[in-house]
Amino acid sequence: MDIRVQAEAFDFGAEANSFAQARTDTGAVVTFCGIVRDTEIDPLNSMEIEHYPGMTERALAEIAAEAQRRWALLDVLIIHRYGLMTPGEKIMMVATASAHRADAFAAADFLMDYLKSRAPFWKKEHRTAGTDWVQAKESDEAALGRW
Amino acid sequence: MRLELLYFAWVRERIGIPRETVETEAQTVAALVSELSAREDRYALAFSDLTSLRVAVDQVLTDFDAPLSEAREVAFFPPMTGG
Repeated sequence: MDIRVQAEAFDFGAEANSFAQARTDTGAVVTFCGIVRDTEIDPLNSMEIEHYPGMTERALAEIAAEAQRRWALLDVLIIHRYGLMTPGEKIMMVATASAHRADAFAAADFLMDYLKSRAPFWKKEHRTAGTDWVQAKESDEAALGRW
Repeated sequence: MRLELLYFAWVRERIGIPRETVETEAQTVAALVSELSAREDRYALAFSDLTSLRVAVDQVLTDFDAPLSEAREVAFFPPMTGG
């Protein structure tokens, strides 16, 4: 299990590649990457991510451990950034490795649902129209009920 | 009892500081919230709708009924938006 909370950008391709090559008993790797998204209708200048140092690492480790209890995972990687980012920048990634694809897919999906509403990060958007905190969606909380 | 309080996102902005140390005899998170709200308007404003707030005691997510015995750090923040 590898969990990193950092301000620095990461190389998604290089991380995915080294994760996939780390062991020879892996038969399936699933990756997800979250990216700062701009829209034509409501332009975004930048996004600021705040987090709770200490609790963040702890919450991510617990979520990853829960995924390992539920599925036959060989490895889990979570990288999540904080600080100021501009559209197109990668915010975070998860990668899961298993012998067969079903476990890796399900675990990645689970990790993302839990990361969204149980890891202490908060996003603030600086738009041309103004600055505001991103509000949690009810659907995000409801998604936890799937598991 | 001495408690370290932490505020994040708009809770931090409304209260105006990221953290502070308080002396309190509050037995639960809810009692602590009442005590702070009575102290100054900025707290009352930040804590006016508890359904829009989350709380962590010693870095573990909990609810407002949670006891504060043994607690060292209490954090208040809006629902999280990770990922």
